[in-house]
Amino acid sequence: MSTEKNVVTITELTRQIKQSLETSFPRVWVEGEISNFKHHTSGHLYFTLKDEGAQLSAVMWRSRVANLTFPPEDGMKVIARGSITVYPPRGNYQIDIEQIQPVGIGELQLAFERLKQKLAAEGLFDPAHKKPIPEFPERIGIITSETGAALQDIRSVLSRRHPSVEVILVSVRVQGAGAAEEIGDAIEQMNRYGGIDVLIVGRGGGSLEDLWAFNEERVARAIYASKIPIVSAVGHEIDFSIADFVADLRAPTPSAAAELIVRDRTELLEDIGNLCYTMRGAIDTQMSSFRERVASLLTSYSFNRPRDLVREFSQRVDEFDRSLGLSFNHIAQAAHQRYDSLRYHLQALNPHGVLKRGYSIVRKEGRIVSSAHLLHRGDEAEIQFHDGTIGVQVEKGK
Amino acid sequence: MAAKKLDKNSLEHSLKRLEEIVESLEHGDVPLDDAVNLYEEGIRISKECAEKLKSTELKIKKLSKGIEGQFTLSESDEE
Repeated sequence: MSTEKNVVTITELTRQIKQSLETSFPRVWVEGEISNFKHHTSGHLYFTLKDEGAQLSAVMWRSRVANLTFPPEDGMKVIARGSITVYPPRGNYQIDIEQIQPVGIGELQLAFERLKQKLAAEGLFDPAHKKPIPEFPERIGIITSETGAALQDIRSVLSRRHPSVEVILVSVRVQGAGAAEEIGDAIEQMNRYGGIDVLIVGRGGGSLEDLWAFNEERVARAIYASKIPIVSAVGHEIDFSIADFVADLRAPTPSAAAELIVRDRTELLEDIGNLCYTMRGAIDTQMSSFRERVASLLTSYSFNRPRDLVREFSQRVDEFDRSLGLSFNHIAQAAHQRYDSLRYHLQALNPHGVLKRGYSIVRKEGRIVSSAHLLHRGDEAEIQFHDGTIGVQVEKGK
Repeated sequence: MAAKKLDKNSLEHSLKRLEEIVESLEHGDVPLDDAVNLYEEGIRISKECAEKLKSTELKIKKLSKGIEGQFTLSESDEE
């Protein structure tokens, strides 16, 4: 009889149950409260999910724990997604959790949407209000936690790309109670401090709750009021925070924010090199065009005209000189001739000339005797010849 | 510490000026004397910029508010 009974081994039965259960519940969403929470040294999480009527063992493997956006703890109400699996050695079934989130996340989401709509209506997200990010910021303000990963990420990007910038940090709490207030205050503080070209406000990734400060009105209004351009750098690439909407520029991560606001130094130096090269080329072109112009001017007709003119003038001066010489000679000659003729006339009038020709002058008592009647017998007189004077006595008068 | 404006020594200002210079030189309508002066200025600016970019160590300073509301800058704890 007993052989007719279809006896199976426990292992076989369990295998069948396992197969049946696991194919029936490959993916379920379940809501419950966490109890008996254990974080095993292996890294896996073991706990129980329960409600008023039942309980369900739960396991979360280490690889998925890494993706947790909040620390689960006893008493926490959660919604979990996973598949039902059977663990044969213990003969129990459990939920193998892929994803888990606290209940109440819905309320946060709701608050987020409400604030987003309110601020949008007020114009806080208006693209016209957004300030341009300076092209070459030299002093960068960072508002984040001094101990957070965000600062390290930003630091390493800046060190690599552009270490000559100066970084001013205001360390704040980036999650938990009072974080929004601290972030808002820090933004105002940076503005009062002044001299900062651009601000990075942010933190590394986390759960919606972790990032919540960046969804608060206090932070949004401080960003909006900032005179310094602000780059938001909050957490994950996919999720947007309210801060992202208000900020002048949204960076998906803190590292990306640093990448966005500083140019790579090597690239910059190359650009400068290229500018110098272009400048050199431009001035060379200009210089050689000037040289050509000078050269063509030197051989141009107009440029040589003055030299020709000078030559012409000097020729003319020579000519003038010559004709002047000629004229002068004429005049001199004429004058000479006149002088000769006058002298001749003058000579003709000179009594000595008459004397030479054989005439003589008779003087009596020093006076010229111009008539024979003036001399009488016995008078003494002088006769002047051209070569001398002699004394005479009149023998016969008239 | 006084607020820093976009002063003449800023990298942004220098690079903009350098670009302006290159542009005017490329247009070629600058008198030669001016062009030579511009060129010299350009070379000087490019050297200054390169000098500025030379620093190899990132400086992070922590800003905190004193009791009276004044600011203090301190070296951040380096890793």
